[in-house]
Amino acid sequence: MSKIESGLKYTPEHEWFRLESGNRAVVGITDFAQGELGELVFVEVPTVGKSLKKGDVFGTVEAVKTTSDLFMPIGGKVLEFNEAISESGGDNPGLINEDPYGSGWIIKMEATDLSEVEGLLDGEAYQQLIH
Amino acid sequence: MKELALAEIHKSLGARMGEFAGFNMPIYYLRGITEEHLQVRNKVGVFDVSHMGEFIVKGKEALNLIQSLTTNDASKLEIGQAQYSCLPNLEGGIVDDLLVYRLDEDQCAEGEQAFMLVVNAGNIDKDWAWINASNTFDTRLINISDQTALLAVQGPLAARALQPLTSISLEEMAYYTFTKGQFAGVDNVLISATGYTGAGGFELYFNEKDAIPLWQAIFDSGKSLDIQPVGLGARDTLRLEKGYCLYGHDIDDTTSPLEAGLGWITKLSKGPFSSSEIFAQQKKDGVKKKLVGFKVNDRRVPRQHYSILDSEGLPIGTVTSGTISPSLGYPIGMGYVETSCSTPGSLIRIKAGERMLDAEVVKLPFL
Repeated sequence: MSKIESGLKYTPEHEWFRLESGNRAVVGITDFAQGELGELVFVEVPTVGKSLKKGDVFGTVEAVKTTSDLFMPIGGKVLEFNEAISESGGDNPGLINEDPYGSGWIIKMEATDLSEVEGLLDGEAYQQLIH
Repeated sequence: MKELALAEIHKSLGARMGEFAGFNMPIYYLRGITEEHLQVRNKVGVFDVSHMGEFIVKGKEALNLIQSLTTNDASKLEIGQAQYSCLPNLEGGIVDDLLVYRLDEDQCAEGEQAFMLVVNAGNIDKDWAWINASNTFDTRLINISDQTALLAVQGPLAARALQPLTSISLEEMAYYTFTKGQFAGVDNVLISATGYTGAGGFELYFNEKDAIPLWQAIFDSGKSLDIQPVGLGARDTLRLEKGYCLYGHDIDDTTSPLEAGLGWITKLSKGPFSSSEIFAQQKKDGVKKKLVGFKVNDRRVPRQHYSILDSEGLPIGTVTSGTISPSLGYPIGMGYVETSCSTPGSLIRIKAGERMLDAEVVKLPFL
């Protein structure tokens, strides 16, 4: 059974989105997504510093069996890639498998237009989607 | 979707199940693909591959039918031997790759021979139709796929794990030989020294009604050697490290066995068979593209359908299989490239979305 955290927002592409302070937010992939992908071996985020639109690819995750792109939940600027996961940092993508909503977060971003948050799914709607 | 006889056991072991070739199959268990892979390379693991198809070919002209339909020379098989072979179509492509077993003749009438063909699960219906349509010989075909279970017990400790269950001397069985006998108290188990992992071991064919006791006996017997269940995910990474073709990826209806590096099982000297004239021409003229192995100098992993480019950036082929190699720790793949770029050492590039990955053609197997 995949864990879903209440209080987060979700995308149909299985990203989660958590507003921190002001326009700043944290983005990762859901427990369901990491379970579907299996063991992650590499995560690439070549977009730090870039402004992207909702739905743009901000990175890629490599699992043993498959590759999956990561999509911006809403438009904004990519501020930071989780050092513990990145190749130049801890290089530990397994954190996403172990703790997808916590230490396995992927990017921090600055939202361009917070009204886009309304277009995201709440926990209940996301649960329906993956059911 | 078809369910395996051992479905409940797989679920109770925490298997992540997924659809493959119309069957609900264990993809990996609790420890995950990487650990399962290393388990088979270093110790012993058990795959439930009961989805595979099995046909019995029996009759006075059974050999003639097989010779006319397959690339390898089945006349070389003694009773108790198996061979890897291909079923070509009439256009120089591959209907399926398969194992041909020459069975004992206990159940045969005078002058008859018997064979078992083991085919890919996804091709059972296609192969069955293909072989039957070509059967103008005095030969009967029996599809035993539904009632046949297959467990592959693979790894360097496989013989030790299984030996307590049978009086047949497993260590002494040569690669690609088999024998039928009693195993874990079950009669008529076909014990075959074959596999798709390159790790050594055995494949056990038996009636699926015996699947649960046989599975349990194998795990009891192998317990002291830390025997573990292994899913299709690791089966794929294990075969890829050894450069074994996977039907639907590395070979299909449009690829020639000579392009796929399967010239060693394409025996033109045995007499005519489907597409043998096409293959003779290809052998004479050379093929335009070849299946090669490559290693990627990047963390990104090559995947089926990614484009392959030469060092100038011109398209030269397509990736057919790719993974991160659990044994080697870097990404590897196979794909078709123009023959001019197929020699080991050739520098190539793989297009992964917007990214170009530097790669190098290497000799197969990887390991």
